[in-house]
Amino acid sequence: MTSEALMAPPAAPGLFRRLAAGRVFPVLAIVAAIIVIWLAGAIWLNAPQIEDAYQRAGQPLDFATLVHEGWNAKRPVLPSPQQVVTDLWNSLTLSPTSKRSLVYHATITGSAALSGFALGSLLGIVLAIAIVHVRRLDLSLMPWVITSQTIPILAIAPMIVVVLGNLGLTGLIPKAIISMYLCFFPVTIGLVKGLRSPDPLQMDLMRTYSASSRQVLTKLRWPAALPYLFAGLKVAIAISLVGAIVGELPTGAQAGLGSRLLAGSYFGQTVQIWSALFVASFLGTALVALVGLAEWMVRRSMGGRLT
Amino acid sequence: MSMVSSKEVLAAPTLVRPAAGSVLALLFYLFALVAPLATHEPVPTAASVGLLIAGLCAFGCTLVTGPLCAGLGSGGWVVASLALLPASIASAGLGLGAGALWLALIGAAIQGWTAMGAISRLKLEGRTLTGRLLRLAIPAMFGLGLLVAWQVLVIGFAVPQILLPSPGQIFAALVSHASILLADFQQTVLKSVIAGYIMGCGAGFVLALLADRFDFLRRGLLPLGNLVSAIPIVGIAPIMVMWFGFGWQSKAAVVVIMTVFPMLVSSLAGFAAVDRMHADLMTSYGARGSQSFLKLVLPGAMPHIFNALKLNSTLALIGAIVAEFFGTPIVGMGFRISTEVARMNVDVVWATIVVAALTGSAFYGLLAIAERLITFWHPSHRGGH
Repeated sequence: MTSEALMAPPAAPGLFRRLAAGRVFPVLAIVAAIIVIWLAGAIWLNAPQIEDAYQRAGQPLDFATLVHEGWNAKRPVLPSPQQVVTDLWNSLTLSPTSKRSLVYHATITGSAALSGFALGSLLGIVLAIAIVHVRRLDLSLMPWVITSQTIPILAIAPMIVVVLGNLGLTGLIPKAIISMYLCFFPVTIGLVKGLRSPDPLQMDLMRTYSASSRQVLTKLRWPAALPYLFAGLKVAIAISLVGAIVGELPTGAQAGLGSRLLAGSYFGQTVQIWSALFVASFLGTALVALVGLAEWMVRRSMGGRLT
Repeated sequence: MSMVSSKEVLAAPTLVRPAAGSVLALLFYLFALVAPLATHEPVPTAASVGLLIAGLCAFGCTLVTGPLCAGLGSGGWVVASLALLPASIASAGLGLGAGALWLALIGAAIQGWTAMGAISRLKLEGRTLTGRLLRLAIPAMFGLGLLVAWQVLVIGFAVPQILLPSPGQIFAALVSHASILLADFQQTVLKSVIAGYIMGCGAGFVLALLADRFDFLRRGLLPLGNLVSAIPIVGIAPIMVMWFGFGWQSKAAVVVIMTVFPMLVSSLAGFAAVDRMHADLMTSYGARGSQSFLKLVLPGAMPHIFNALKLNSTLALIGAIVAEFFGTPIVGMGFRISTEVARMNVDVVWATIVVAALTGSAFYGLLAIAERLITFWHPSHRGGH
């Protein structure tokens, strides 16, 4: 590959080549391809029911009508992108307190995810610091934390909701608890790795300064662990949202993105499912971006190199 | 020299010195034995004898050090745990009273903690059988201790089964519902998970091959693949159920969508991890593209690919189980969890979760073994660690 690059003459790149070499254009091209496939798929998947309807009505069906009907079906198998966008626009421009506004549902799910994330991260940080400092915890607890990563913990979610419901706890708290226990594992594992990342030479230097273990923690281990911590936090906030959504499924919760998904699937409201899914995706991306922003601010305040 | 000193810095300050821990455990045992006398409660003989033996072990632990202390401590802890199990079962009238039960349990916890400390101070390094067993002993003690505490607390304080069944009840449900659980396992794991996992990982790998071949595709797909990790993809489940019906096919479809992107991103990272020198060496050998791929790029990417395979094993189980919450024939682990929760048969739910946990661990374990066999050359599998 290197030799080929060396031999190639430095030709002046055309506009298309410069676009293709950029960062944005390839992504846009793939997104455009996905939308085209989606548009075609909406016609193809909705065609049988439309053909059926026209046949029963005894009306002829030409291609233009098929396309039009396929993109605007009442109960589509696959709603067209414009239907989803319209539904998103309608539900996002409603007053945020309305029960049909997706902002309202996203706020409910997001607040559960965020409070679970805060609790879980705190627990994860405390646990990681304890594991690094107490050898017995490292030997006894750490193997279980790692093993717990291999089991589908999310399966417990319905039970937590129901059990806490029996105790009179409903609404935000059960969902936050599910998010919490999903969150703390990646934070703990990442932070333990990070707190152990300082070079032995640096640890030795702290020892020659006769630093206490608290000083070693605050002045060496913690700053060194921050990149690992933020990597864990990004994973954690994404699955805390999944936890909050799944926590809304089993009990038929009244509000929240999970309940919108469930209601949509019960009543065959495909457009509603898709727009709830899109809002959930936006929410997840925004939450991860929030952690990324926090990381950027922390690194800048620490004078780290920004990449 | 520097290694030794850094180890000393790393060594944690001991919170409870072994003698202090043993004395504390002994005191708690004695209080637990005396408390029933003060309140004129009947004293169960078996439990008392057990606690007495455990107390003697704790006393012995204050006199000796090293392996002997570790052995005495853990032995006493086992005896105390065994003594507490029947005591808690009989707590309705015959066993230890609530106060005594707490005291004994705290004593046992302190003794177990002290014993773990004594074991951790033994020589755990090295690849000898004893070293390995001792390294395993500490997490095993911790897990068993949690199970014993769970059992004793739930039975001893008569926690309603709806809130939290005891490990014993869960095990009983596991045995009595074995055939149902097996059918669920077949439906969820053998049909949905395996089919979806193979298709999803395969599709991710093929996509990665294409993206590696066509750079434009790579630069278009990679940012999207990274973005997907932030998306709660499991929400696609209701749509898949609508498209592919209630059978295992819809669950497999969810699993495919959940597993394809981690595989794509990891495989691409693996392909990119080729050392430039190695690639040049292959070129100097005049290797064809396919030879270079099979002998250099693919083996080099294996650690990354196995990372994705392991992550996907958990994701696949989660996807299949959650998808079953949205509609399924009357079999499957997700179906079992959602219906038995509604019917308040929490022990069956826990039994299903045990099956799911064992499945997940076994799946992961098999992949880890395969990884060791295939990437035996990787630094993380060589050497004495």
